[in-house]
Amino acid sequence: MRLYEYEAKEIFGNNGIPVPEGKLVLNTEDAIKTYNTLAPAIIKSQVLVGGRGKAGGIKFPENEAEAKKLAEELLSSEIKGYKIRKLLIEKKLNIKQELYFGVTIDKIKGEIVVIVSSKGGVDIEEVAKKFPNELIKKNVDIYEGLPFYEAMNMVRKIGLRGDTLKKGARVLSKLYNLFVKYDAEIAEINPLVVTDDGDIVAADAKLNVDGEALYRHSEIRKEDEFLTELEKEARANNLGYVEIGGSIGVIGNGAGLNMTTLDILRYFGGTPSNFLEVSGRTYMLAEKAVEIVLKNPTVKVLFGNFFGSAARCDVIAEGLAEAFKKGKIKKPFIVSMRGMGAKEGRKLLKDLGIEVYENDEEAAKRVVELAR
Amino acid sequence: MRMMKRQQKELSNLRGEKMSILINKDTKVLVQGITGKEGSFHTKLMLQYGTKVVAGVTPGKFGQEIEGVPVYDTVKEAIENHHIDATAIFVPGRFAMGAALEAIDAGIRLVVVITEGVPLHDSLRIKSKAKRMGTTVIGPNTPGVVTPSECKVGLVNMDYLSKGNVGLISRSGSLMTEIAANLTDTGIGQSTLVGIGGDAVLGSTILDVLKMFEKDKETKGVVIVGEIGGTMEEEASEYIKTMNKPVVAWIAGRNVPKGKRMGHAGAIIEGTMGTAESKVGALKKAGAKVADVPWDIGKLMKEML
Repeated sequence: MRLYEYEAKEIFGNNGIPVPEGKLVLNTEDAIKTYNTLAPAIIKSQVLVGGRGKAGGIKFPENEAEAKKLAEELLSSEIKGYKIRKLLIEKKLNIKQELYFGVTIDKIKGEIVVIVSSKGGVDIEEVAKKFPNELIKKNVDIYEGLPFYEAMNMVRKIGLRGDTLKKGARVLSKLYNLFVKYDAEIAEINPLVVTDDGDIVAADAKLNVDGEALYRHSEIRKEDEFLTELEKEARANNLGYVEIGGSIGVIGNGAGLNMTTLDILRYFGGTPSNFLEVSGRTYMLAEKAVEIVLKNPTVKVLFGNFFGSAARCDVIAEGLAEAFKKGKIKKPFIVSMRGMGAKEGRKLLKDLGIEVYENDEEAAKRVVELAR
Repeated sequence: MRMMKRQQKELSNLRGEKMSILINKDTKVLVQGITGKEGSFHTKLMLQYGTKVVAGVTPGKFGQEIEGVPVYDTVKEAIENHHIDATAIFVPGRFAMGAALEAIDAGIRLVVVITEGVPLHDSLRIKSKAKRMGTTVIGPNTPGVVTPSECKVGLVNMDYLSKGNVGLISRSGSLMTEIAANLTDTGIGQSTLVGIGGDAVLGSTILDVLKMFEKDKETKGVVIVGEIGGTMEEEASEYIKTMNKPVVAWIAGRNVPKGKRMGHAGAIIEGTMGTAESKVGALKKAGAKVADVPWDIGKLMKEML
């Protein structure tokens, strides 16, 4: 789960990483007030999508009038489809150099990887491609941790010396420690600024926390604002729902099977409207799942594709039957079922007059035909 | 001395020198979380299938029996009273790391973490300890491992499997059975099916299991059921170039939006990393056949065998 910059900065600050003085505001009036206290200051849109700078989400006003105009503009615009509702006003830094510090997971090796670079303030993947030598990487075993001397070695390699070297190593150590403390998937500072005075300040802060570990971090916001309303409703019911936007509503059990259902619909020329998984933890929730999928107005046909393994088809069918009997399914509805409990499930649905298949190839063809 | 022989035998099983990989009809299985709803239900199914479930563990439940299987408080106690080759972990997400570390510490050579919802950092710890101890970990978030007609460790539905000589590696549970069913329908039996799990960090990767199948005398070809997210398929492709056995693959999720989590924690596309195109391209370049639709997999494998 991705945190906002202002949330990440609060955590970074509380864990000993210097961050610029700043304040979150929700309207122009507060923006001006804060700007005047902090000036010279900058305005940063708080959105959860990447590439904010390039999209014009960060502004550098010269005076109060400009700050007012820019804050107003930002609060009435959007970035990549997401409306800007919050602004972070921050004291402007005197930048001597921009660095990159990041900690993430090497998924294949199952280790933590610490990355530093002297080329901060730009897309780090670009740096990796164009200047591979400017990227210092180190894999760390989670039980071993990152010793201070290793942090020192790393930041020395990107050219830090003297007091700045020690300050940099301290920030890297702290970033590593908070990465572990908060069950992060990514903890990143880009850019990490060296000021004219030789101080080190996190000009930006990125923190993605593992959703499965949120139970041990009560201080972190639980709701993912990146989701659409329907996605939030699904999440509240433990259903994995993702909007795509086509005309065929999809329900299936298991993530892999569900993605495959989307693939075969495309293969026959159909356009899936969503991904929705009822599975091991949630296969009893088919009725709710149907409700959520059909709330999406673009859906013309509903397709349920199931293969009972951990999740039993007969239990899923009961949920579907409930939804059908209550009149919740007003669109054409096709079901394909195989695997555990499929025979019973198919019979139950067929007796209600629902079109059922034992083969997802035939079923998918029929669904695409109906959606035309 | 007896201990050493046993370890050697176990090692040879793990290396795949026996027919099938990881497990066979002699494998003695422990179930952790055996008194829970899932644990007890699947203990029953594993026993029905002929798996030698010899003991179970649930802290505080020592002395009970589940389906005639004795329950212990700790793995250490269980292992003092039984020969154990493999464990299936059915405990909830927040206890899974403790259970896995306990099993690795006790010296069990194969640890299968069925549990869904294990925090990533917990998986890092499991993987680190397993590496140091030389333990094979499968999962988390897996339906388990099956050698048809011999043994299953986990919750795979066996109705659609048949014994044979094609190995199967899958990141998805439901899809693993669906594709095994397709193989069976085409007349292709399976040596062993390994659900490696749907999480981003896994005890064993596609590559790890591919190496076992390449060495296994019983296995003549391998089917990989991959999906978007991560770089496991790309990593495996390098090795496929050097393999003697044919590989057929299916990559799920060719049509999903970027940045969204598709049910599996591992199935998320970030930028150009982990896309279906990247995986399909790498696999094809390595000489694997990649199916356009899942029901072609059996046919493609038949052509290559």
